[in-house]
Amino acid sequence: MYIKNSKDFKAGLLFIIFGTGAAFSARLYSIGTTAKMGPGYFPFLLGLILTILGILITLKSLSREKEIKKKIPLRIRPMISVLSSIVLFGLLLYPLGMVLSSFILVVISSMGSDEFNMKIALLNALFLILGILIIFVYFLQFQIPILPSFLRGRI
Amino acid sequence: MGMDLLSNLALGFQTIISPQNLLYCFLGALIGTLIGVLPGIGPVQTIAILLPTTFALPPVSGLIMLAGIYYGAQYGGSTTSILVNVPGEASSVVTCLDGYQMALQGRAGAALTVSALGSFVAGCFATFLIALLAVPLSELAFRFGPAEYFSLMVFGLVGSIVFASGSPLKAIGMILLGLLLGMVGTDVTSGVQRFSFGIPELADGLGFVPLAMGLFGISEIVKSLERREKREIIKSRLSGFWLKKKDIKEVTPAVARGTFIGSFLGILPGGGAILSSFISYMVEKKVSRNPESFGKGNICGVASPESANNAGAQTSFIPLLTLGIPSNVIMAMMAGAMMIHGIQPGPRVISSNPDLFWGVIASMWVGNFMLVILNLPLIGIWVKLLSVPYRILYPAILLFCCIGIYSINNNVFDIWLTALLGFLGYLFVKLECEPAPLILGFVLGPLMEENLRRGMLISRGDPSIFFTRPLSLAFLIMAFILLIVIAVPAIRKKREEAFREEA
Repeated sequence: MYIKNSKDFKAGLLFIIFGTGAAFSARLYSIGTTAKMGPGYFPFLLGLILTILGILITLKSLSREKEIKKKIPLRIRPMISVLSSIVLFGLLLYPLGMVLSSFILVVISSMGSDEFNMKIALLNALFLILGILIIFVYFLQFQIPILPSFLRGRI
Repeated sequence: MGMDLLSNLALGFQTIISPQNLLYCFLGALIGTLIGVLPGIGPVQTIAILLPTTFALPPVSGLIMLAGIYYGAQYGGSTTSILVNVPGEASSVVTCLDGYQMALQGRAGAALTVSALGSFVAGCFATFLIALLAVPLSELAFRFGPAEYFSLMVFGLVGSIVFASGSPLKAIGMILLGLLLGMVGTDVTSGVQRFSFGIPELADGLGFVPLAMGLFGISEIVKSLERREKREIIKSRLSGFWLKKKDIKEVTPAVARGTFIGSFLGILPGGGAILSSFISYMVEKKVSRNPESFGKGNICGVASPESANNAGAQTSFIPLLTLGIPSNVIMAMMAGAMMIHGIQPGPRVISSNPDLFWGVIASMWVGNFMLVILNLPLIGIWVKLLSVPYRILYPAILLFCCIGIYSINNNVFDIWLTALLGFLGYLFVKLECEPAPLILGFVLGPLMEENLRRGMLISRGDPSIFFTRPLSLAFLIMAFILLIVIAVPAIRKKREEAFREEA
């Protein structure tokens, strides 16, 4: 047996993982009866169907003949820089405030591009923070910590 | 009936004509176009990104602005289709075929004008249709029991498979996954916390905005960063916005056909703008005296699909506003937004919030009118926006998203959740799993469970209730037929071809 369609194969596995996970955790809640369904009934049912579907998709992706495929190189730089910039923003928002954490978000996420240029990223950050201060803080009055925590309340 | 319709519409115009609502309608249309024109961002992403900004407003203004964002973004998508051959979204794919050719022949101005005017005519008709159908349909919906609702939702979800590109099996998997994600949080009936893993922020369920932004906004950015794209912008000066007499004569019946097709298909689940534009293009080619000119800059090839997608976009509000069932992703977004504003979409909206209901409908007309006024003179600015380099654009979008998400609950947890869901969305892109059915499932999940439970309670555990009530049975049969249609190899091949053209 060979994997004919690796995307379907992996998608099937993903569905199996989510399906079994949901079905098993749904067993922790009361299932109830068909007439009086408990909180576990519907999720258990869904998890079960999803698992079966996942198995079906996985099996369909297999074939007896081997297929030669060129491997597409996985590029993780864009993903890492974009996702980590968001996580960092969440981590730093309270301690550093919006201005500094926005700066970090823009610079780190900019690194994900092939055309990364530090000078442009810095200028972009500066411009964007100014925009945010005017639109979100001044006009829309979003409640967001602006300055680092050690400076807050002192200025 | 006739009087009622007039007085209802009058109430709607009264609502929209207030300076505040007019302003938000205008802002929505303007910002929607602005973001929609930006490369790589279509209406779904635009709405996902801008959702939080509307939450601070009163519900009527918020929804009017969102509706404006929607038309604006769609209009922006058509503009990029014509000028750079980059469809902002699936529904403007067919506009590229003849629109870009027209632009190459120096007739970009005419293409843009016909697309704006066609959309406007279609929008007016569709708005009228919504006003006409809303009351009778919502009265019908009041007769629905849990069995009818459940079966209708099954029909709606099956409909979403039709227009998910790729394998139908995977689309069904995505629906199920969406339904499951919709279960996260406190179960309304029993008060039990489900799938919240002891995280207090998940007690109220998975946030709609982090989900929408993660799956559509963040993953799209990562996807675009992975491939380098060259965009050719029409350099020639834009001129000749006025249509010739010959053009008008040629285009009028095409606009009418597109409007009718779009208005009808928009009501169907899974339909809306995409289906409408594809079908109307096909019809236009069939009825044309010289079908070989299509794809080479035939003005009807722009007029008809553009009218159809706008009509379809608008009439797809009908199932949402009258039955509470979103028929496509964008309507799922609108449903999510309504719920965040504390309004449960469905037949009760007309009677409990008449000003909101009729105000939003009237705003569709006003918004479309504003778009015509806004777009033709401002087209030069939109063209300039197209040349904003992506490396400047995407950090701005990310920052905007993060601050927007934080502002919903003043909570950093939602930011991390968005990153996680962005990763999941990226995984889906890599595995060719369309996220649209997932969002639909997510919105419908809790409703579906509630109606299933109530139905089974009424029937004392006998599932035949879903097959013995005539309307319920009718919905299930339609869902079944739709499934068969998708599974039939010949049709499947056609469908895949359509998606290939799009890619």
